[in-house]
Amino acid sequence: MKKLSARRRHPLAAVVVLLLALAATGGLYAAFAPAGKAQADETSQSLTIKEGRKLYEVGCASCHGTGGQGSSDGPSLVGVGSAAVDFQVGTGRMPAATSQGAQVPRKKPVYTQTQIDQLAAYIASLGAGPIVPTKQQYGPAGADIAKGGELFRTNCAQCHNFTGKGGALTKGKFAPTLEGVDPKHIYEAMQTGPQNMPSFPDTTLSSKNKKDIIAYLHAVDSSETTNPGGLELGGLGPVSEGLFAWIFGLGALIAVAVWVAARTAKAKKS
Amino acid sequence: MSTAANETARSRGQAPAGERIADWADGRLGIYSLAKANMRKIFPDHWSFMLGEVCMYSFIIIILTGVYLTLFFHPSMNEVVYHGSYVPLQGQMMSEAFNSTLHISFDVRGGLLVRQIHHWAALIFLAGMFVHMMRVFFTGAFRKPREINWLFGFLLFVLGMFTGFTGYSLPDDLLSGTGVRFMEGAILSVPIVGTYLSYFLFGGQFPGHDFVARFYSIHILLLPGIMLGLMVAHLILVFYHKHTQFAGPGKSNNNVVGMPLLPVYMAKAGGFFFLVFGVIAAIAAVAQINPIWAIGPYRVDQVSTGAQPDWYMGFAEGLIRFMPGWEINFWGHTLVLGVFIPLVLFPLVLAAIAVYPFIESWVTGDKREHHILDRPRNAPTRTAFGVAWVTIYMITLVGGGNDLWATHFHLSINAVTWFVRIFFFVGPVIAFLVTKRICLGLQRRDRDKVLHGRETGIIKRLPHGEFIEVHEPLSQEQLHTLTAHDQYQPAEIGPTVDENGVERKVKAAERLRVKLSNAYYGEDNQIPKPSVEEYREITSGHGHH
Repeated sequence: MKKLSARRRHPLAAVVVLLLALAATGGLYAAFAPAGKAQADETSQSLTIKEGRKLYEVGCASCHGTGGQGSSDGPSLVGVGSAAVDFQVGTGRMPAATSQGAQVPRKKPVYTQTQIDQLAAYIASLGAGPIVPTKQQYGPAGADIAKGGELFRTNCAQCHNFTGKGGALTKGKFAPTLEGVDPKHIYEAMQTGPQNMPSFPDTTLSSKNKKDIIAYLHAVDSSETTNPGGLELGGLGPVSEGLFAWIFGLGALIAVAVWVAARTAKAKKS
Repeated sequence: MSTAANETARSRGQAPAGERIADWADGRLGIYSLAKANMRKIFPDHWSFMLGEVCMYSFIIIILTGVYLTLFFHPSMNEVVYHGSYVPLQGQMMSEAFNSTLHISFDVRGGLLVRQIHHWAALIFLAGMFVHMMRVFFTGAFRKPREINWLFGFLLFVLGMFTGFTGYSLPDDLLSGTGVRFMEGAILSVPIVGTYLSYFLFGGQFPGHDFVARFYSIHILLLPGIMLGLMVAHLILVFYHKHTQFAGPGKSNNNVVGMPLLPVYMAKAGGFFFLVFGVIAAIAAVAQINPIWAIGPYRVDQVSTGAQPDWYMGFAEGLIRFMPGWEINFWGHTLVLGVFIPLVLFPLVLAAIAVYPFIESWVTGDKREHHILDRPRNAPTRTAFGVAWVTIYMITLVGGGNDLWATHFHLSINAVTWFVRIFFFVGPVIAFLVTKRICLGLQRRDRDKVLHGRETGIIKRLPHGEFIEVHEPLSQEQLHTLTAHDQYQPAEIGPTVDENGVERKVKAAERLRVKLSNAYYGEDNQIPKPSVEEYREITSGHGHH
């Protein structure tokens, strides 16, 4: 110990101690910290949340409150989960205009997907909620289309129509068309129940059920749907069919009748 | 055959083959005198006289395609599992009726096209009957001697509605099943006997296992059978009464000016059949109708938004949709007025137009035959009544599609429903008043035209500086056409005291009749048509106007 004590005032002593301390900290950290990947995630996650918070404060806080606690202009976002954020912002419904009609309509999204992810991470950090589904959950692989159709008719058709063309609700509200909606967003809508829609958590409609419904909608209400009978006429049923029959059916026949009646035998005219 | 050979054949006493066949048939059927009487039957030319033909031809098309469909349709409600070629329904439980309709649509050659022709032709048939009926109404063609034929036509329209409804219900899809459920609800709302009626119709609790088979016999046998009979009777009466015509030079109440049935109308009408078939087939080939595969099989626990009936039942749907959901509860019984009142209104709305001809003939007291058609403007009250009726019908149709009005015009469905509720009452009144004003305006214009001639748009300056517009007198034909109509005098009650000073009792019905007659033909309710004296006076040369 004498030797050590004798050299404690050596000019390099501080450096040595510093090195030792660093090595100890580093070694301890290396020993106790979780996997290196997770460590990287943790930092980027906190960074994402930070970025999300910034975006939130600029774009959302005026209605939803500075900490997501909500205000008279917007509901609390604590516990809505990243799925709700991804749906609302991803479909352009949020941010909503200051004066809305009966319902916030779908429009062109304002944020990029990266920004939406950042916002979602921030909101998710406020309280646990449904998370954004993975491609595996909403993708077409392994889905049962016929089962999806049955589930759709049982749970969704009373507002969204047989093939998801949408329908009216009370006082100007409406169930929007599902044509051209991203499968991920359909999944999230079922999961979170935006606006007037009831939510269908996994306890009500399992993840597999949701996948089936999405696959059914893709089969009957997408750009790849084939209509074996010809023009779909909006897929709205007898109202548009009746209109078509009157205008193009009877209209054409009356035009033909006028044409036939105008061509009479010439005996009288000449 | 050469001419020489022909002559040798004749010299042997052999008539040509056609003549021999005709002779053979005439000896057994008496067709010669029949043909002689009817082949020269004259029909006047006007496009609106062909609307009835549109109906007849679409009815024939419906029968032809319907026969084809019966070859493949199974009117059974036994449950089966689908294994056909439409993937999104594979493995689903459904009735045999639905299964066989899918089979027709996807696996029978031409099945889908024939199904679509059948359905489109049905919509067009009903629309054609509606327009045909309105043509007859607005031109007064329902007057004596055609009142019975008017009723036949009306019955055809009503039966057509129910034939359509039963046919629409046969595939047992989710949309039509909802419609049948709707009908069941309406039947249940009938006080006291509703439940029994429903059990009687469905053979027990809805939906049961019977209704498709029952609707099938009603749809393919009972109703079309009656309709076919009525249609034949309708046509026989058209032949018997001869066709009406619009007023014009050379046309009178005692003649028909036009072309003979053979050969002109045989060719025209025959060709028109193929044109109608062609138009309907083209529509069926281009536009999809009732895609039951997208709608899915009926299950009582499922329902979709936008569940409407075909257009001709749309006004029934509308009556239910805009009726407030009133209910009366007493002693444990419920009277569902919200459904029962529409059920009562449904036949009343239809009957209003059907009985109108009898009301009009009672008001006018006219017992003469009428073969010359009215121009709608010359019967302002009738025209106004007809427009008011069409307004009620159309407003109610809007009510039947209130959800689509809401979504497609970004309106509140509540606002649409309230609009329909208010305009169901106000709309026909406004329509009546406005139409009557327009008719009277047009009558005034006709009067002006007759007396002062047509405005040429040529402005002339006279030597003393005055500007006048040159009016061109109408031709004799035009003058005749514009003044050919009859004008009634309003009825009067007449003296209520006879020559002996005895007071006559005036019945309430007579008083009502006189009142109505004045509303029809009194001062300000029709413009007196120019008389010959007026015309002479004004055209005798006291300056131009």
